Amino acid sequence: MVEARFQPGDRVTVRNTAPLGHIRTPFYIRGHSGTIERLCGRFPNPEELAQMRDGLPALPLYRVRFLQREVWPDYRGSADDVLEVEIFQHWLE
Amino acid sequence: MRETGNYQPYSYFQLMEVSLRELLVAKGLITEEQVSREVQAMRGRTPERGARVVARAWVDPEFKRRLLANGSAACEELGLELPALKLVAVENTAKVHNVIVCTLCSCYPRMLLGIPPHWYKSRNYRSRTVREPRAVLSEFGLDLSQEIKIRVHDSTADMRYLVLPMRPAGTEGWSEAKLASIVSRDCMIGVATPKALPAPTAP
Repeated sequence: MVEARFQPGDRVTVRNTAPLGHIRTPFYIRGHSGTIERLCGRFPNPEELAQMRDGLPALPLYRVRFLQREVWPDYRGSADDVLEVEIFQHWLE
Repeated sequence: MRETGNYQPYSYFQLMEVSLRELLVAKGLITEEQVSREVQAMRGRTPERGARVVARAWVDPEFKRRLLANGSAACEELGLELPALKLVAVENTAKVHNVIVCTLCSCYPRMLLGIPPHWYKSRNYRSRTVREPRAVLSEFGLDLSQEIKIRVHDSTADMRYLVLPMRPAGTEGWSEAKLASIVSRDCMIGVATPKALPAPTAP
């Protein structure tokens, strides 16, 4: 089993890279920092599944919470508005 | 064999679907009847399933606690099997409003809400809900004060989301079925909130 490297509350940054393939990490969130909200469980790696491989070992998947005003500098709305995105562990540092 | 009902040529994806289905049938891997049954089952799933879950959570605090802790397990208690669906229920409160989107495609809790509406899959909704949620909600007729924090959930991977709306005032003593009747699909996506009075029906 792949060990979960992060705990709820940990500050994390999404890797800012653009590999080819089927990537479930949206572009708009790459390079941004947020906080681990929860560990959702472990799921087969979708980047491998898309290549018809088994995606194992399953990887920890987290919900990461971002402050909207940190993601969009011109964000119009409450300073406390947040965005939560599911991100696999290998995309976090 | 199903015809599309008009005389337009098939689109690329329609052609792919027909080709794959006919090949699977020809090879004896599935039957046309099985396909029809699945399509019928898919169309038979409606947002009423999700509304039952919400109404139960409104009347039963213990169920609500279990729903928020493990959405899939709580739905199974109501006889709603959610195979391969990891459900996360997110609760609206006086201070927090939740709204669901899938920016990458159109991930949606179909087992609870049925087939997603067209706008949920539109580029407009998908790109703008993460970027300017208040403007998008306003276009749905939902103007939220700055005091209410908006929490947007981008459903990017394996989880599926259900918004647990706030029970409106004026519904005290209502039966679970009557409560469920005011919980619309849009309330469970987070682009609307339930009202104590059902909208008047068109004449």
